[in-house]
Amino acid sequence: MRDVAIIGVGETRLGELWDKSLRELGIEAGLKALKDAGLKGDEVEKLYVGNMSAGKLIDQEHIAPLIADYAGISEVPSTRVESGSASGGIALAEGFKAVASGMEDIVVVGGAEKMTDVGEQEAKDILSSTADQEWETVFGATFVSLYAMMARYHMEKYGTTKDQLAQVAVKNHSNAAKNPNAQFPREIKKEFVKNAPMVADPLGMFDCAPISDGAASVVLCPAERAESFHGKPVKIAGIGQGGDYMSVHERKHICTMKATERAAKKAYSRAGIGPRDIDFAEVHDNYTITEIMSIEDLGFFKKGEGGKATEEGKTDINSHIPINTSGGLKAKGRPVGAVGLNQAVEAVLQLREDAGERQVNEPRYGLIHNIGGTGASSIVHILKRWS
Amino acid sequence: MPIPRFWREIKQRYKGIGSVCKNCEKMYFPPRKICPECRRESFQNMEPVELDGRGEVVTYTEIHEPHTEFDKHSPYIMAIVEMKEGVRLTGHLVNVDLEDVESGMKVEATMRKLGEESRDGMIYYGYKFWPVDE
Repeated sequence: MRDVAIIGVGETRLGELWDKSLRELGIEAGLKALKDAGLKGDEVEKLYVGNMSAGKLIDQEHIAPLIADYAGISEVPSTRVESGSASGGIALAEGFKAVASGMEDIVVVGGAEKMTDVGEQEAKDILSSTADQEWETVFGATFVSLYAMMARYHMEKYGTTKDQLAQVAVKNHSNAAKNPNAQFPREIKKEFVKNAPMVADPLGMFDCAPISDGAASVVLCPAERAESFHGKPVKIAGIGQGGDYMSVHERKHICTMKATERAAKKAYSRAGIGPRDIDFAEVHDNYTITEIMSIEDLGFFKKGEGGKATEEGKTDINSHIPINTSGGLKAKGRPVGAVGLNQAVEAVLQLREDAGERQVNEPRYGLIHNIGGTGASSIVHILKRWS
Repeated sequence: MPIPRFWREIKQRYKGIGSVCKNCEKMYFPPRKICPECRRESFQNMEPVELDGRGEVVTYTEIHEPHTEFDKHSPYIMAIVEMKEGVRLTGHLVNVDLEDVESGMKVEATMRKLGEESRDGMIYYGYKFWPVDE
């Protein structure tokens, strides 16, 4: 396998972007990434698109060639990758493999989702379709309710509190306030999170990531060619993907995601490092409880101590392991099939020290973590500073 | 949910029929064609088995923003229940208020209407849970 570098990144603003279509979002992110890499476009040999549900959200399938076409590269082979909310992260892994294998040199990986062309209720029903429709949702479970049950289990087993959950939202909003692309670039108070209307007890409205439109993109090439381009490269040091039972009720440890543990183990091993070497991480915080569970499953904190660590500021932007400096899904936004690429963009900016006001101090390794559905798929990438 | 898709699993949903691997004796609900422990050795070696219907709450939530089809129940309680046989399933917990629900609480499966397509359309039935004394 060849080493692979990211030589350009780009993303759109996230939010309710009524005036932009899926193809426009995808193109905007892709062009920004090409410009960042100093490429014209005709160098591109392959396009991957992470997208969860264009078929349901905008009634359009076959979107990879559609985006390639309107990006002016209709002759370039393109493939859509779907794995629920991990579609973006897994698309990035597919792009990595194409370059690492020697099959392609210049690969663009984009993620795009257009969620606000349908009503909010319909968008939430579509998110629920990443759980088991025949054995979970048909009985009345919603997507957030499955995470709410993990939250209660975590609270009862480890003493995690609603205050600690709320602190995840407070921290991520505080980071998003420094991110010009964030859907909610403003700080919020803990009382506000705790007193918000209930969605699925114990999770309230501000424990939940929003419904968002948006896109993000990266350009990959073999590491040996990375310095010949205009942009500042970042290395992909290791990737791991994990799987688990589809339904939450099948998992013995309801508040541990084995898929994440498995993904992290492989990624650390391939990068030749451990969780202590990571300088910052973008973690899948679709709900506040998910960030707490994930920072444990990724090995940053012991199982059960994620809530306490968050409350003590151990995941703040100026701590040893800043989590979601971008604002995360919670406050930067959740264009669901693009999330993994939004995370990659943030990690690359941090490692190039281009993250502006959100910059962490001289990071060497950054980790990004993207969950599909309620945790039946999970993917971890470890990115490394170029030199 | 499309009618044929619901109809295919009617027997399992109405009667709580899971499967047991004749290779390792492990039980599953919903039924599986392949045992994740024994894999190929379990193929064509899985037999149907009916659940007793009693179990206890593992974890639960009260849903305030329901699915479109559960709108009229809002707010309602969902639970993951561990059945006497050790398998777990997800279902609507009825006849109880949130403040009276707790993990470990004994419950029993009962057959109920889950929803309907429209006034003249297909009615979906399946299990729900309610508390029992012991």
